[in-house]
Amino acid sequence: MDFLLYALIGGGAVALAAGQLGPFVIWRRMSYFGDSLAHSALLGIALGMIAGAGLNLGVLVTSLLFAGLLVTLEHQRRLGMDALLGIFAHGSLALGLVGLSLAGGAQVDLMSFLVGDILAVSRGDALLMVATSLVVIVGLRLIFDWLLSLSIHEELSLAEGWPVLRTRLIFMGLMAFFVMSAIKVVGVLLISSLLIIPAAAARAISRSPEMMCLIASGIGFVTVVLGLGLSFGLDTPAGPSIVVVALGFFGLSLAIAGLVSKSS
Amino acid sequence: MTGGVPSLIDLKDIDLAYNGQTILEHVSLSVGPKEIVTLIGPNGCGKTTLIRVLLGLVRPDAGQVKRREGLTLGYVPQKISIEPSLPLTVRRFVALGGVRDVTRIEEALAHVGADHLADAQANRLSGGEFQRVALARAIARRPDLLVLDEPAQGVDVQGQVEFYRLLRHLRDQLGCGIFLVSHDLHFVMAATDQVICLNKHVCCAGQPEVVQKHPEFLHLFGPQAAREIAVYSHDHDHAHGLGGEVVAPEEGGA
Repeated sequence: MDFLLYALIGGGAVALAAGQLGPFVIWRRMSYFGDSLAHSALLGIALGMIAGAGLNLGVLVTSLLFAGLLVTLEHQRRLGMDALLGIFAHGSLALGLVGLSLAGGAQVDLMSFLVGDILAVSRGDALLMVATSLVVIVGLRLIFDWLLSLSIHEELSLAEGWPVLRTRLIFMGLMAFFVMSAIKVVGVLLISSLLIIPAAAARAISRSPEMMCLIASGIGFVTVVLGLGLSFGLDTPAGPSIVVVALGFFGLSLAIAGLVSKSS
Repeated sequence: MTGGVPSLIDLKDIDLAYNGQTILEHVSLSVGPKEIVTLIGPNGCGKTTLIRVLLGLVRPDAGQVKRREGLTLGYVPQKISIEPSLPLTVRRFVALGGVRDVTRIEEALAHVGADHLADAQANRLSGGEFQRVALARAIARRPDLLVLDEPAQGVDVQGQVEFYRLLRHLRDQLGCGIFLVSHDLHFVMAATDQVICLNKHVCCAGQPEVVQKHPEFLHLFGPQAAREIAVYSHDHDHAHGLGGEVVAPEEGGA
């Protein structure tokens, strides 16, 4: 049963990190961005395979480059950001699929990259996921107020002398680390749901930014535990099962929000 | 505002162009300690760009921006909207200006008459309330220079009068200089020491009474506007009602 323990430890750590990043993705209206970044990871896997540099390194480097590219393009006005992100998200997914078939042909287990394969993580994988999640959680803690301030009004933060560019770059870096560790849990197609759904569910009962992050982490952790249970009990794929449980929490939060607004 | 006292900020011969189009041309201005400077001008005259230069958000193509050493800036942007998805109290919003001291935050909120809002959620405030809260965030930093971008936009006349009165009060109490971009040239604050009229270049500058008689100002806005400038004057022994009729001055208005 070791594999279940590794899955719980690795998946739980990733969910905790997702809960910290997720609220910022919502506040900054970056859910499309998260999707694009996650899909680009498939291209990273293919490139890592072709270069023989390892999957994790491939994903990390590609995600970082991609995040940098998106940040530079954020201020262009020719196309709306949503159109541009749509192009990037699907373009990189297609590039990744083509690249994977060139790199590994039929031996590549495509599904494990697309929707995750948490029950196959090794002890080393789980440790890496814990370490990456720690980096994300600690890193975000260090830039929290700056990131919050610039998420509200970037020019005000600049005028007040905050390190806006550095904060944005660090945030992008943390997102890339997160994508790298989350592929094994839910796969590139479902990564942004791990960011957004627990955070959205936490909104209804949160009174402060920190509270929303904390509750999102809590919901994410419980979601992974229950999702693994569901997957084990019904023999369904683990990644999608985790997301289905998260959806359940979101539905519950809608009901709570309805009750709260009725009573006030 | 010379006379040996160093300016808070000095802009000298600022030139700036975007895509070959001139936005600012040879713009010079300075704000002295405790001075109130109001910037007016037609739409597209470069007001927003000038404020961005002054704040250090864009680098001009030519010219110098000189800040007094150790200058603390307080900035109130034209509009801040807080996402409904972000749970944030007013107190926390003010603290994000870099002030951790709780009493300083309370004081700043009290200064702008928003102390009762401290625990309210920032995204539930009205426009007028949020404007005061944004001002509180700026003054909590104990600024030497307060920069406001069209702060009275979207606020009714009574609200504008009150807001300008508050600004003058803050200048007197906190001793900061104020640089204000006004969206409504009919409504330049009477406590203004210097009005700068911008149309890519500085058309004219000086005390409100001087500017409103300046030929370039008349050319730009027409005599009608010139007559209406600075209707709000706290030194008057009367005030104007909404229809322009003379009404009794308000309590504490002078």
